[in-house]
Amino acid sequence: MTATRRPTSHASHPGDEPGRPLPYRRVAQAPDGGIEAATSAVDAEAGAAGDRSGVGRRNFLSWAIAAPTLMVGTSLIAGTAHPQPADASIPAIPEPADLFDLTDLLDLAALPTSNLITITVDEAGNATFALPRAEVGQGVTTSTSMLIAEELDLPLSKVKVSLADARPELLFNQLTGGSSTTTSTHHAIRTAAGHARVRLIEAAAKKWGVPAASLTTSNGVVKSTTGATASYGSLAVAAAASKSTVLQVTLKPRSQFTMIGTPQNRVDALAAVTGRKTFAMDLKVPNALPTMVARPPTINGKPKSVSNLGAVKAMPGITDVAMISTGVAVRGATFGQCIDAIRALQVTWTAGTEDGKSDASVFKELKNAEIPLIVPKVPVLTKTIEGSFKFNFRSNSPLETGAAVANYTADGVEVWGCFKIPIVLAEDIAKKYNLAQHKVKVHVVEGGGSFGRHLFSDTALEAVEAAKAFGKPVKLMWSRTDDFRQGRVHPAATSRVRATYLLGNVLTYEQRHTSISTDYTHGLGEMLTAFSAKLPGGNYTFAQSIFVLTQTVSYNYGVTTQLLNEVDMGFNTGSMRNIYSPDARTAQELITDQIAKVAGKDPYAFRRSFIKNARGKAVLDKVAQVGNWGRSMPAGTAQGIAVHNEYKGWCACLVEIDTRPPTINRDVRDAYTGPRVTKVVFAVDVGLVINPKGLEAQMQGGIMDGIAQTLTSSLHLKDGYFLEGSWDHYFYSRQWNVPPEIQVIVMPSTSNTPGGAGEFGVAASMAATACAYGRATGVMPTEFPINHQDSVSHFKLIPNVPSTPQSPTDGLIHDISD
Amino acid sequence: MPTHSFILNGTKVSVDVEDDVRLLWVLRDVLGVTGPKYGCGLNVCKACTSHVNGKAFNPCSVQVKDIKATDEITTIEGLPATVGKDLHPMQEAWLEQDVAQCGYCQPGQIMNAVARVNQAKAEGRTLTDADFDEIRNICRCGTYHRIRLAIAAGAANM
Ligand code: FES
Ligand code: FES
Repeated sequence: MTATRRPTSHASHPGDEPGRPLPYRRVAQAPDGGIEAATSAVDAEAGAAGDRSGVGRRNFLSWAIAAPTLMVGTSLIAGTAHPQPADASIPAIPEPADLFDLTDLLDLAALPTSNLITITVDEAGNATFALPRAEVGQGVTTSTSMLIAEELDLPLSKVKVSLADARPELLFNQLTGGSSTTTSTHHAIRTAAGHARVRLIEAAAKKWGVPAASLTTSNGVVKSTTGATASYGSLAVAAAASKSTVLQVTLKPRSQFTMIGTPQNRVDALAAVTGRKTFAMDLKVPNALPTMVARPPTINGKPKSVSNLGAVKAMPGITDVAMISTGVAVRGATFGQCIDAIRALQVTWTAGTEDGKSDASVFKELKNAEIPLIVPKVPVLTKTIEGSFKFNFRSNSPLETGAAVANYTADGVEVWGCFKIPIVLAEDIAKKYNLAQHKVKVHVVEGGGSFGRHLFSDTALEAVEAAKAFGKPVKLMWSRTDDFRQGRVHPAATSRVRATYLLGNVLTYEQRHTSISTDYTHGLGEMLTAFSAKLPGGNYTFAQSIFVLTQTVSYNYGVTTQLLNEVDMGFNTGSMRNIYSPDARTAQELITDQIAKVAGKDPYAFRRSFIKNARGKAVLDKVAQVGNWGRSMPAGTAQGIAVHNEYKGWCACLVEIDTRPPTINRDVRDAYTGPRVTKVVFAVDVGLVINPKGLEAQMQGGIMDGIAQTLTSSLHLKDGYFLEGSWDHYFYSRQWNVPPEIQVIVMPSTSNTPGGAGEFGVAASMAATACAYGRATGVMPTEFPINHQDSVSHFKLIPNVPSTPQSPTDGLIHDISD
Repeated sequence: MPTHSFILNGTKVSVDVEDDVRLLWVLRDVLGVTGPKYGCGLNVCKACTSHVNGKAFNPCSVQVKDIKATDEITTIEGLPATVGKDLHPMQEAWLEQDVAQCGYCQPGQIMNAVARVNQAKAEGRTLTDADFDEIRNICRCGTYHRIRLAIAAGAANM
């Protein structure tokens, strides 16, 4: 950042005539105490295009806090501008997600309960901030650093963002989910940083005896008109709170951004490429030895008895063995020896919760639970277009398996791990062991991916249980096979769609999504309680609320209804990257291709004339133009196009696929090759872009998920357990599935509010891949992934007893590509 | 307990551990070298990829007794030293392309890439799309596209 900024550049100084924006304004005296002054900040452009609900227009309180160096605290709560935003912003008209979506809900639920988050400027001139969110690869530490750098006029390298421990006082302000982080925190964080900058200017003004308005800031330095300079570090002590003042800060307008909207590399990239990035299992907590769990053969079985506990305890390296609620925990010098112990254990198990069930029985269950489509009253000659789609179970497992470090002593419990809702975990532990809340310390560590998995803290609960049983600290890890077989899964579902079309108009669109129950007991459900009654239509279950809040039809399809029904609570499910949207959207876009066919229109031209708004049309046009829509292609190859809107954003995806035999029959060892996506063009509009480079990365990741979900990735349920036990069974995209050409286009910012990004790329790419496949083969696919019936024959089953397979020993004779 | 010696990132080390313990756990649990990651323990995910005498291998699938005293094991921590720099050109390319998302797979990806480029160079050829298609390392965050760009860029500087 090289631009120089005066405090007056977007605001004027106190004493100017009223009505003009002020950088800060003394309003009231505060009583003596640690917290000195309150300020409120207003976004210079709040309420502009994009703030449909008014939720984005916020006044934030911030405080200078008595501390050795400058410390500014702000609340994640919006101030007085919207005391009851929930009531004011939910219009009672169809398609609630158009007006009020999950992002708003996660946002609103945070409002009444939050407390201070603080930015500190130290004597080295670094700004530090503990983010009450989890970093799991989505880049929130980088984007948050950028927000602080922007408002403080500080180089990015001088901003240090860490992850906050569980802070029960923040309640639902400490939840990382629904791609909501940036949307729900950016105003508050910018306010605190802007306030800190004002205090630094004031300190310099006092030091030099000049008016604050004459000073400018850039690159972490305050400058005077006479050329005097003072680094933020040199002012950090003087700028610390010392007198009671209330201030009003005006945030930088978008036109003056020099950091927000510029491509930045991740702040944790160096740590990642040098192997220094520290994940839970890399922590060196004294005496926390490797610990693993022997698990039941079927889903959610429980241990009844162990016949050789003593013998296993005497095995090399093993220090402890004990039955816990989920299995038999073993602790030893190395994880390898824990695996040996698991394989030696003789355990009898209770039945699981899904014993005897298979894919076939699950889909029968779903079929029986489908809410009927209503035959709409439509004129004769109306054409009906229908489809029924099956979506198989998928694994939520990231590359880092379940992992947590725990210690249980008379002084209390301490846990380390990647937790997206650490407060719920802290409360659960306190409740379970009857401990005072302050005796439970939960530390949030960066995660090796999440995709929804880390909304659940079951690994940590297990680690605490083992630590208590052993009376020793543990470093507990799930095996890969554990993660696939007993971990969280994206629920199997069906989606039925019926649309009616007459003379150039779609009269009705009905969608009935029927799903194995999604588990929201991680706290998101509780969070919804207070608000679900306020949703249009009211009286939804948690799951239905989420569905209604996230699902939209992107096109003007007349009378539209989308409903969810759920069955079977026995599976360990979770809301994988983008919850219902990828499946529901894929069904919608496939049917859209069918309606276009009935209408005799080109798929792109049809979408263009039915799309709901200009932002949707813009991304659609962009991919069609850049991707050369409609170019002539050989038989067996085709293009597909799809859009998605959610998280206050719009995106579109154009895919080219090759389904010809030489491609499908490519031979890669222990792999499913199949059709190959050869090109992806993706356009994304998230409202306000913070970091285009990070946004592009998130879309690229989402595209890999979308392709995998359409073509290759699923779990097979048989005899009450999932057959997959390795990455060579669960066919998530590998390099041989990666499109040789991928282009992500970040559209210019269209609002002042950043939308979500972490999950946003999946739905449109899954749908576009499905549409391309349908057009290339001439047959609309109706089961996902399309290889599901066939892929199980592509791997050798790992037995389900013992629960973790032994590691190979031939790693030295394999060739490099093995 | 038997003692095992080998050269780890340029330094001779000796560890007392049972013969059959896989090298990954010797590195991580006994020696505290945590760059190589566990992602499967089955020689599948490649998150643990390191080098033995310059060749890529997966320590999760090698017993410590099969490592000779003269074997040079290089993990991501020791990669820069193999070129006498603070960062290997491949790591620099990774930074340039901003490849990492969660970062969990990346040490393994980089170690694989370096070995692959060295092997191709020894054969007097450069990597092609067909070579990229053979890389088995899982990236559950889906950074594959930038990995390809980074390998090509890194190879140019090796
Ligand atoms: S942990 Fe070694 S290959 Fe997966
Ligand atoms: S960056 Fe997360 S698994 Fe590759």
